[in-house]
Amino acid sequence: MPTYGKGLRGLSILTLATIAVALILVFFYAPLDASQGFIQKIFYIHVPLAIVSLCGFVFGGLLAVMHLRTGDRRYDLRSYVAIHMALIFGVAALLAGSIWAKASWGHWWVWNDPTLVSYLIVLLMFATYTPLRFSIEDPERQARYASVFAIVGGAFVPLNFIAVREAQEYVHPRVLTLTGSNLPGPMLLTFLVSLLGITLLYITLWKYEMAAKNTRMQMRALRRRLLGDDDISPLQRSAAPSL
Amino acid sequence: MKTAFTVLRKDLLLELRTLETLPAMALFSISTFVIFHFGLTYRNQDTIQGQLAAGVLTVTLLFAGILGVNRLFVAEREQGGFDAFLLAPVDRSSLLLAKAAALFLFLAALEVIAVPAFGVLLLGPPLSPRLPSLIVVLALADVGIAVIGTLVSALAVQTRARDVIGPVIGLPVLIPALIATARAIGPVLGTAGPGSLPGKWLLILALYDLVFALVAYAVFDFLLED
Repeated sequence: MPTYGKGLRGLSILTLATIAVALILVFFYAPLDASQGFIQKIFYIHVPLAIVSLCGFVFGGLLAVMHLRTGDRRYDLRSYVAIHMALIFGVAALLAGSIWAKASWGHWWVWNDPTLVSYLIVLLMFATYTPLRFSIEDPERQARYASVFAIVGGAFVPLNFIAVREAQEYVHPRVLTLTGSNLPGPMLLTFLVSLLGITLLYITLWKYEMAAKNTRMQMRALRRRLLGDDDISPLQRSAAPSL
Repeated sequence: MKTAFTVLRKDLLLELRTLETLPAMALFSISTFVIFHFGLTYRNQDTIQGQLAAGVLTVTLLFAGILGVNRLFVAEREQGGFDAFLLAPVDRSSLLLAKAAALFLFLAALEVIAVPAFGVLLLGPPLSPRLPSLIVVLALADVGIAVIGTLVSALAVQTRARDVIGPVIGLPVLIPALIATARAIGPVLGTAGPGSLPGKWLLILALYDLVFALVAYAVFDFLLED
């Protein structure tokens, strides 16, 4: 069994340091936005959270492809943790976006903004991942079906964005376009550091959860060896894969 | 291909003899139109048109389609059809093809009843000049619903809460296709005569169909392994 704890301390320190630097840049270096003022600073948290969670969903889909290709159940665990972390990041991004929308457009929720709507749809779709896992009892089938779902979801993310973006006029500021960035230098630097910080946070949390799940399983295996099958409590029903 | 035809023929024959799904779908759509009538129209205005009409039609067809999606694999599950299919020395993808084709035909049959009913009950402008454009859009939409519906149905039928899991997963995945369908139909149902079809939306719908057909083809085998 691999240990996911390796290098975790260094990674955690690096993450903390990057996020601290990002926050310092956000509050002391990046200039105030001319039209929106202070509230615009939530952008440095909200956008990276959203980008990282979308990448997390696609990452989960790629791990699911690996699971189906190799039949190795550890990939299923990785995919599960990736998607569930991405969901948490996604809810956080939606909340931050909602606060920003309230402050700058005056409403908690704005329907004519394609980015917000397509994000909500992706989140709705991945919110069904856990109920799906939960309702399949056979662990082997649960892993397979969850991977199929994760792959469909991974393909769904970009398509959904095309459809919803085309459906509506742009209200959301188009910060990053294919032709490059529309941000002035200091803002861009702050944004990139924040993005790096949130990405590192995602990786760190992913590794932490993998390490925790692995340790718990190893503990269980050891207890079983020590006490025999009858004396350990049965697994609680859970959507998480058990190896 | 031959296997797919055999399974498709079996499904159609089964539906013709039992009439379990299609009448329910048709009745459901007409009841929904009646509800929409009381929900949407006011004292002096009994009809709807344009984008609103497109939305009502799309949503009704989708929900009626979900009924068919839920029933799609029930016979296979209850009577051991999955095992029999796995035992047979045939390509597994042919089951996807056959089931998607069956669902497509069910949806088309549903639309043969539901679209004229919509024209009579709710739509303001006359239906017949708008039919050709409508058929193009609905055919593309049906392909998408059939592919995703088959995939989701195969996923859901093995779970405990299958009647819930199917729609809950299927609806968000279908949202992009529905946006494209509703937006493509909108100009067609306008009062000023049938507008031309928006090519952008047809393109998105076709892209959606293509991508998910490929994804479904790639992953469907894994839903049958046992």
